[in-house]
Amino acid sequence: MTEANDRNSQFDFRRLIKSKELLVFAFLILLLVFAPLFLSIFRINLLGKFIAYAILAIGLDLIWGFTGILSLGHGVFFGLGAYCMAMYLKLEAAQGKLPDFMSWSGLESLPWFWKPFTNSALAFAMAILIPTGLAFVIGFFTFKNRIRGVYFSILSQALAIIFSVLFVGQQAYTGGTNGLTNYRSIMGFSLSSDTTKLILYYISLALLVVTYLFCNFLVKRRIGRILVAIRDGENRVRFSGYNPATYKIFVYCLSAAIAGLAGAVFVPQVGIISPAEMGIVPSIEMVIWVAIGGRGTLIGAVIGAILVNALKSGISDSFPDVWSYFIGLAFVLVVLLMPQGIVGLVKEMARKFKQTPNHTEHLSTDKAA
Amino acid sequence: MGTYLLQIFNGISVSSILILAALGLAITFGLMKIINMAHGEFIMIGAYVTYLMQNQFLHLPKSLFGLYFILAIPASFIVSGLVGFVLERTVIRHLYNRPLDSLLATWGVSLVLQQLARNIFGAPNVDVKSPAWLDGGLVLSQGLQLPYKRLFIIVLVIVCLLSMFLLLYKSKTGRRIRAVMQNREMAESMGINTRRVDAYTFAIGSGFAGIAGCALTLLGSIGSTLGTNYIVDTFMVVVLGGVGTLVGTAAGGLLIGTANTTLEFLTNASLGKVLVFILIITLLQWRPNGLFNISSRSLDD
Repeated sequence: MTEANDRNSQFDFRRLIKSKELLVFAFLILLLVFAPLFLSIFRINLLGKFIAYAILAIGLDLIWGFTGILSLGHGVFFGLGAYCMAMYLKLEAAQGKLPDFMSWSGLESLPWFWKPFTNSALAFAMAILIPTGLAFVIGFFTFKNRIRGVYFSILSQALAIIFSVLFVGQQAYTGGTNGLTNYRSIMGFSLSSDTTKLILYYISLALLVVTYLFCNFLVKRRIGRILVAIRDGENRVRFSGYNPATYKIFVYCLSAAIAGLAGAVFVPQVGIISPAEMGIVPSIEMVIWVAIGGRGTLIGAVIGAILVNALKSGISDSFPDVWSYFIGLAFVLVVLLMPQGIVGLVKEMARKFKQTPNHTEHLSTDKAA
Repeated sequence: MGTYLLQIFNGISVSSILILAALGLAITFGLMKIINMAHGEFIMIGAYVTYLMQNQFLHLPKSLFGLYFILAIPASFIVSGLVGFVLERTVIRHLYNRPLDSLLATWGVSLVLQQLARNIFGAPNVDVKSPAWLDGGLVLSQGLQLPYKRLFIIVLVIVCLLSMFLLLYKSKTGRRIRAVMQNREMAESMGINTRRVDAYTFAIGSGFAGIAGCALTLLGSIGSTLGTNYIVDTFMVVVLGGVGTLVGTAAGGLLIGTANTTLEFLTNASLGKVLVFILIITLLQWRPNGLFNISSRSLDD
């Protein structure tokens, strides 16, 4: 009887933690909604970029924090999404003519595979579908054969290097090292106007909320439990009659789709995408956002992405050297000292705080809140 | 005919560098299961040690200058090994059995080491003047010349492979290393100091990376990102070859090296890389644990 009681209260406590997570998220979103009242449009634009990164981090957390697959090639999916959007913007800027870099490289007409990108809706759909498709192919050939753990991480890293080399090499089709830049307008709205920037900011914020709520919904259902189970003991999941490969492919595709979405949100606000954004270094930096924020909690990914990037733009502009040391040490210290990230730290503190008064669970959780 | 021979030679030459860079990884990753992303920076350290050694010899009589390279090889081994030792004691020690975390932590270490190199030696690349006795090449026929530098690297790789083999399979130290890596608890109860074995195994692996860096100075200028260029390829070598076997590392290196040069020769640099990646994925479909793996019945390894 007491044991059942205990379990009950424990469950209640866990639900409270989860709902607290939602509460924190709601608070964060509220802050972001009112941010334009206090910040200049330049800062808002920057914040919009961080929001794009936060969307990506949610996807990455889903695959790493929940499923335990460390993908070091998420820059590729982000980049593909971004390139899809960028090509649309580029084609709109060219106004029916050939984009400048193509004519410099000696192309006479638009290659067939870029043709659909004159249509905004189609381009946006492609920004999500192409990364998903690539993730499906890669996921199918790796997870089905039980290539996992470290091996998968290394292969995914190779993916990042290959795509950046490929995009640099195919200058006529991708703009080479310089990437795609110099956009004018999005669906007829000038990208340089403050109103468009503000609208784009709110659109990305809305997409962040949608992504968060969708993933939150997902991880609370049975599929979320299975993903965590795969992380904790893949063979046990297999022996219980589930096929981990199917779930892994699914979560890899989903996370790639989210990364593509983030890329599409990123480009109109930042105004450039280049192969440097999809190489090894940015791909692995994305992982550290999640690690610092707290893997395995969606809110951690969001906090980590925004916090680290805010710090980055604060530090690296004035002291680029210091930034390298900072991020390097952050990698080491976070892994060694706080593997659960900021969220883990807060939870730990809350738990310690909760343990001091020796009353019932309910009273103390109230206090902790 | 000549061009094909040259292609084959190029393939072997590229492979030899990959094998040399991957040898250290075969130990740290293959045996210890530590994903050392800072491995590339040990290569960089080896290269900079060679650079410093050369600078020292500039003050000595000219006739002695050619000797610097011979001295630089053990020096880079020792310095990289020492840095590896320190890294193991401070960071890696806490990360056994957490391979993915070791990857992240060592990536951080690599960022710090790169920035340190930039602060100490400056951002621009530096050149190392190769010794005179490595200039020129072996002329086989008209238009077919095998540079001594590349031949030297191939010999160096063979020597390194042999010494690694002797060390791991024919010496007492090697037996201890293999015992610890195969079954830590059992080795411990047999009276082996596993902590110490861990530390010097990692140091040896890092030291071999240093030698690779030393060899790379023969091929071009060196900078802080020297190691980063090789890190992914070398990991692929170990993964493809099979973790924990020297034969696998050699085979993986040969395969990736020759495939790289051949496919880049047949297509172009960027497309060649993609084809090599596809080739690796395909081979892993057939042998998911690499070409030469130690068969094991354990389920979760």
